[in-house]
Parts: sequence; C-alpha cells; structure tokens
Amino acid sequence: MDRDQRLRFYQQMVLIRKFEDKAGEQYGRGKIGGFLHLYIGEEACAVGAINALRDDDYVTTHYRDHGHALAKGCSPNAVMAELYGKATGVSGGMGGSMHLFCTKHRLMGGYAIVGGGIPIGTGIGLGIQQLHEPLVSLTFFGDGAVNEGEFHESLNLASLWKLPVVFFCENNLYAMGTALNKSSAVPEIYKRAEAYAIPSHQIDGMDVDAVYRATLEAVDRARSGGGPTLIEAITYRYKGHSMADAVQYRTRQEEEQWRPRDPITLFRERLISESVATDEELDQMDREVDAIVADSVKFADDSPAPTLEDMYRDVYAA
Amino acid sequence: MAVITYREAIRQALREMLKDPKAFLMGEDIGAYGGAFAVTKGFLEEYGEERIRDTPISESVIIGAGIGAVMAGARPIVEIMTINFTLFAFDMIINHAAKIHFMSGGRVNIPLIMRTVTGSGRQLGAQHSQNIEGHYAMVPGLKVVAPATAADAKGLLLSAYDDNNPVFVAEHFDLYSQKGEVPDEPVRVPIGKAAVLREGRDVTLISYSRMTMICQQAADLLAERQISAEVIDLRTLRPLDMELLLASVEKTHRVILVEEAAKGTSIGGDIISEIQESAFYDLEQPIRWVAGAPVPMPYNRTLEQLAIPNTEVVADAAVEMLAGRRRRAA
Repeated sequence: MDRDQRLRFYQQMVLIRKFEDKAGEQYGRGKIGGFLHLYIGEEACAVGAINALRDDDYVTTHYRDHGHALAKGCSPNAVMAELYGKATGVSGGMGGSMHLFCTKHRLMGGYAIVGGGIPIGTGIGLGIQQLHEPLVSLTFFGDGAVNEGEFHESLNLASLWKLPVVFFCENNLYAMGTALNKSSAVPEIYKRAEAYAIPSHQIDGMDVDAVYRATLEAVDRARSGGGPTLIEAITYRYKGHSMADAVQYRTRQEEEQWRPRDPITLFRERLISESVATDEELDQMDREVDAIVADSVKFADDSPAPTLEDMYRDVYAA
Repeated sequence: MAVITYREAIRQALREMLKDPKAFLMGEDIGAYGGAFAVTKGFLEEYGEERIRDTPISESVIIGAGIGAVMAGARPIVEIMTINFTLFAFDMIINHAAKIHFMSGGRVNIPLIMRTVTGSGRQLGAQHSQNIEGHYAMVPGLKVVAPATAADAKGLLLSAYDDNNPVFVAEHFDLYSQKGEVPDEPVRVPIGKAAVLREGRDVTLISYSRMTMICQQAADLLAERQISAEVIDLRTLRPLDMELLLASVEKTHRVILVEEAAKGTSIGGDIISEIQESAFYDLEQPIRWVAGAPVPMPYNRTLEQLAIPNTEVVADAAVEMLAGRRRRAA
C-alpha cells in the first residue's frame, strides 16, 4: 500500500465524516427532508472495502448509503443536491437520501427495503458471470438484514453458482433499535456463511486497513472464479439510526466506550506513528475537505428543482 | 404463417431472444424437468446449463438476481412457475424492479422480462388458482401483458425483449395448447395496444387472457340471437389502451367487462371507473362487471366451475342488458 493510497483513505473518511455532519445540520435547517441515516462512525467500512475494488466493479448498498457513494467516487455536489431533492442530484431529485445511484461509478443503489440490495448485488454477480467479465459485485447490508429470507436465498444462490460477489455485513450491533442479541439466535453473523459453504470472517470494522485487507482477499477470490465471501465487520454508528431516533435502546456509557475506537482518530494516529504524514499535513487535508463540503452545500442550494414533467417522464424508460 | 400452439409460439419467441448471446433463461425446473408446462422442453440440451439455469426454489432471489443481472448488462428472462408463487417476490417486483428506473431519476434501466402462468379451473385449490396479474397491473413502473392468442404470445414477448422496462408476462395455463395463426417471422405485437377481435354494434365485451376466448364464444351464441357483440382483447393490462376502449364505447354504448380473477382482485373495476369517467354520456346503461366469485378457489369441481365466468354467464349478461333496453323504452 503506497503513501498516496493511505492518504486517500484518510481523505475519504474525513470527507464522509464532514459531509454527514453537514447533512445532519442541513436536515435540522429543513433543507433535507424525509429519512436521513448518517454513516458517522462507520467510515472505515465504506472506505476500506470500496478501495479494494477496481473502478469498474459494482457496489450495491442499503439506505445508509452516503458513505458508499462518496467512497465510490460520486461527486459530493451531486450527492448533497440529491439530499436536497434537486434536479442536479445523482438521482435527479427523484430518489433522495436512500436511493443514490451513480452509474458512471457503478454504484447501483441505495435501497430502503432492509435486505433489498442483497439479491440485486447477487444478480449483478450473475450478470458478470454470464458476460464472462473479470468484475466483482460488492453488496453492503447491515446486521438487521441477515434475518430476511432474501439474505439466505442470495447466499445460497451465489455459492451454488460460484458468483463473483462479496457480501459485506456492516454489523453496528443494532437494527434500528433492536440489539443483535435480541434478534438473532446466533449473533455471530459470519457463522451463517458456513451453512452455504461460503468462506467468512469477522473483522474490526473500525480499522480501515483491516477492512481493506479482508475485502481485497474476498475480491481477489471472486474475480478469479472462487465464488463469494461473507465479511462481517464490527462497527458502530455514533448517531442514532436516523435523525428521528431518540436512541433510547442503548446507553450513553456504551457510546462513550466506542469513542476511542473512532476510525478516523485511529487511522490518523497510525499515519503519524508510521511517519506517513504529519499533523499539519492532515490538518491541511481536513481544511480542504471543509471547502469541498461547503461547496456541495452551495451547489445544492443554487440548483434547480426537478419538474412535474421530469416526474412523469421517469416512470418508464423510453 | 403457420397454425401452431400458444406454447410453441412462446418457444419461438424465446429462441429468437436466445439468439442474443447476452440472453439466458432462469427459473425453477425449466431445464432438466423441461418446464412445468413444457414450454422449455429440450432447451437445456440445446442451449446448455449456462444459458438455461435451473434455480433453487427461491422466488425472491430469482427476480432479484434478474434485476441485478440486467444492471450488469445481461438479458435474463426469468420464469416464476405459477403466478401464485410470485407473491414470494412481491417485494422484488414491486419495490425494486418497478421503481429503480424512477428512483434513479431515469439513469438505470431494468429491461427484465418476468414470465409466469396464471389461471384457475383445474381443481388445484386456493393457493394454486389465483389470477394475480391485476395486482401487478396496479404498479406504476411495471408493464404487464396477458396474451390470449398464440400470435400475441409470441409478438408481445418479442416486444418485451425490445422494451427497456420491466415487463410482467402472464401466460395462461389453459391457453398453452390453443392453436392459432402465427407469423413465421419475429413479428412484434406492440405493448400498450388492445385489439378488436371481432367488430359489433350492440355491446362491447372487454376482456383479457383466457376470458377473451370465452367472450368470442359468447359472441357466437349472441349472434344466433341477433345480438352483435364487439369483442376487445386488452392484451396489455398496463399501460391500458383507453383510446381503443373509448372508441368502442362511443359506438356500442354498452359495455360488459369480463375477467377470470375474483371480483375486486384485478383491474376490472378500475377500467370500468375510467370508462365511466370519460364516457358516461356515451353509455346507455351501467357497465356490467362479470368476474370470478370473490372467494378463495374451492377444490370441489362443481363449486369451482360456478366460481369462474363461462360462455353462458357472459352471453346471459349481454342478453339481460339488451332486454333492459327494451324495458326502458316502454
């Protein structure tokens, strides 16, 4: 891993963090409506995993998708504009926070139905296999999704047909307000893969390097015809499930215990201790990200809204 | 032109699609078993395992994987064994296939063909005897076709392959052995256009799928009683060809809508609503709605037959309607 790549990891995680902070702020101002699910605390998952992909590999994800979109290369301007519901948004203002699509970067949604992206990500792997392309489909989902039938159907099919899929579970310990040990008879999610003869690992989702290494191995396996892998990344969202969440199902004490594991803090310390960068250099990168995020807000504010004609036109493809 | 079965016509359409190297079929028992209704018999031997994929019993991922595969640029034609089992995939069809193009602001196309079989009348019991096509016809973003003839089965499937939208194709199990004239060439039948199967002056019979054939038989009976019935086959349930329907209403002033589905579980009521909204003053009498009994389908043979519209029921409805005209005049 070279220096540029290490710094890119840092920059992307900081971009996601500051973008999400700003989105929360704009939501409070009424600029963003509906549901807003912030990725704060989970940055190492999106950044570590997506950097293990090639640009033309595919990603599908769930409704906590801003981090995945930014890590995949979607423009912060267009993502913020989508949150604002503007015509310049990645989905033309028709999708919103939970339905980000960037076809140029092969980010294929953004789904609000828990587990909904999993069969689709599996199918992208099927399409890749049909067309004999050396590509991979990475599909993100949370700990709540693993009890949906579609999770099981998808793992079975991907294993049976040796599809080039990486199943990436972001286990942040809570499905909305339900703790993992209250929902799952076997809370170690990686164990489910055994039922489908799929190799699996549980990793530290707060360590971007660990995420990168595990995903790279899985991506290489998929690309070389070795079939799917299940990665369970233990992570934590510092904020609630969404902006509407009063977070009564976990303690402030637990949240404080996770603070020192902040993926950005950990990685910053690592970069400095490895002499990859200095505090000053990283502070400068932080300021550059501030400017990017501020620009995205201005872009979103200044953008036009979609029209009624746009709405009727988008129901069917021409 | 040749006279072939509805089943054979579908086979021809599938063969035409399979000329595209990106196309492949996916579904339960379509390969080694030869297809639950023998539609894909021999295809596995001819095209191989990679293009004729037998799936596990996993309807949700069958549809979901179809959605993903078209995103990656392949062209799967997925089959769900019967329409009753599509309910497992209700989420994938309605929440995903129908909405991805819209939610992406028009940036992602889902050109997915979903073939299945509808119908009742063979004592298969309540869980195997539903006509659910109407549920899917109520979903913006989906196209839904229900061919009643062999030529339309071939032509609509070919049009579905050209279409960039998800198309739900409801074949009917009683029509597979029905014969009809079908062009040898891959002639498309446009999606979204109904057809006048028979012109008439006195009453318009609107229907789709197997019931269209029932209406044709009823029209024969009515002709013997000097009642001239116009028979319209919807062919596409979404988008509806209201223009053609309204032109017929303007001509005959009397409408009977006939569908196999249990009354209230399909789009018959919606069609009647739209007709009366646009053509109220063209109607001489209220529109009559002949549909299946609003019950889960019973096993007992006599009861089941009573629960499904037949030729006599449709013809009687027309006779009563026309008799009503004479009563009003007096």
